[in-house]
Amino acid sequence: MLDATQNTLPAKPGVGYKPQHYSDITANPGPLGWLEVHAENYMGDGGRPLAQLRHLSEQFPISVHGVGLSIGGEGRLDPDHLARLKHLCGWLNPASFSEHLAWSTHDSHFLNDLLPLPYTQATVARVSDHIDEVQNALGRQMLLENPSSYLAFAESDMSETDFLKAVVARTGCGLLLDVNNVFVSATNLGFTPQGYIDAFPLDKVGEIHLGGHDEDHDDHGAPLLIDSHGREVADPVWALLDYTLARSGTKPLLVEWDTDVPDWPVLAAEVARAAAALEMVPA
Amino acid sequence: MIVTQSEFTAGILDPKRPAPEGLQDGTGAPTTKRFDVYRNNVAVSLTDALVNAFPVIHKLVGDEFFRAMAGVYLRTHLPDTALMMFYGNEMPKFLKRFGPAQSLHYLPDVARLEIAMRKSYHAADAAPVSADALGQIAPDALMAAKLTLAPAVQILQSSHPIHGLWQANMVADAPKPVKQAENVLITRPQFDPVQHLISDADLTFLTALQDGHALGVAMSKAGPGFDLGTILGLLLRQGALTEIS
Repeated sequence: MLDATQNTLPAKPGVGYKPQHYSDITANPGPLGWLEVHAENYMGDGGRPLAQLRHLSEQFPISVHGVGLSIGGEGRLDPDHLARLKHLCGWLNPASFSEHLAWSTHDSHFLNDLLPLPYTQATVARVSDHIDEVQNALGRQMLLENPSSYLAFAESDMSETDFLKAVVARTGCGLLLDVNNVFVSATNLGFTPQGYIDAFPLDKVGEIHLGGHDEDHDDHGAPLLIDSHGREVADPVWALLDYTLARSGTKPLLVEWDTDVPDWPVLAAEVARAAAALEMVPA
Repeated sequence: MIVTQSEFTAGILDPKRPAPEGLQDGTGAPTTKRFDVYRNNVAVSLTDALVNAFPVIHKLVGDEFFRAMAGVYLRTHLPDTALMMFYGNEMPKFLKRFGPAQSLHYLPDVARLEIAMRKSYHAADAAPVSADALGQIAPDALMAAKLTLAPAVQILQSSHPIHGLWQANMVADAPKPVKQAENVLITRPQFDPVQHLISDADLTFLTALQDGHALGVAMSKAGPGFDLGTILGLLLRQGALTEIS
């Protein structure tokens, strides 16, 4: 049976954990309520990464966020990868497990990027089968994250929010709402981010992500935002967060910064801003 | 107009191919630059993973050369797992055949050393045997005993100064490498792998232990001039012995 009671992330700010921040975070966590780690970085056999994670898990709730399961892949899920994930979630017993609505593996080759899917009934069925397999293997509910989109598929015949609702209905999974991804996709594909939030099943959201993006232009001179996680969260994304929280109520709120990672004080300022956004939400 | 993941993957890996038909912007117009975002993400993220894996090779050949080489490597050696910390295991073989790097004969062995260092870093933890426990075994019994090396132990033989090259590029104020053959033992006392230069006799002895030979057999393979006390002392101090059976 699907177990959602293991999802115990607090409705506080969290941060994507980077080993260079270990001392700062453990010495003075401030408003930091939890940490998120990428599952694949903790699939070695031992040594410092696992020792650090064990130690951190005594001080903070941990969210395990997968980036390599290829849930949207046309092929079957890699049984070895699923076994490694089961092992990690088994000993760590994290407060949440999440993965992406994307694919990254083809013909057993891992491409190390979150690649896009068309939104059709056929992909609803495929993604749902894979989520069933993951949830059965782990014995718990997982959260599925909305992607950043740079392009659309001509074959798509449903909206992303309808797609996610259909997957939730079939699998009982929860959702991870990345508001930066919403803003990036909305800008890139020409829809309103607020309209997306209005259509999103906010009651299924177990976690919200925030991150920075870069600005570029496409072949026709139209704005093209890139989900780089390499800078501060943009002001319109903070505004979209406020819009979302006013409708969803408080949620576990993660700041992601994965490239050109700054010293801790810069990231701590983002965490403080996330804490302030949560405090503004009426009880 | 259905875009399969085979077509998508082929388009990503070959920048000369047009973007697959059936991909479009928000207005339904075709788009190349948007597909290029995925091409770029894949190439850059895999290249960065190789830069992280091979910091010494990266310094030895320079950033421009390394990134061009990584572009060739990643298109012929895509990762077969999502564990980026182990990506690049075919690099030594690749470097042996990679034309533009042929004059740098030592590169494949330096790559082997870098792979061994990260294997050691991520290897399983294991409780070490103490010197006291070893001392309590009678000499005859000790010669018949099998010594198990810790999972983090790695042993390399090279006809190039791989340790010297590694030091010169990774450690401030390290001496210049001397042109010589070097054997390296890697141990991991706690979390950080440590390199030790070892003799040919030490290498033969440790390889025999790894192959499951008893201590006495490993000693006789190592031959005259082999100093058991020194290497055993090193292994014990480094927590590199995990079982005597």
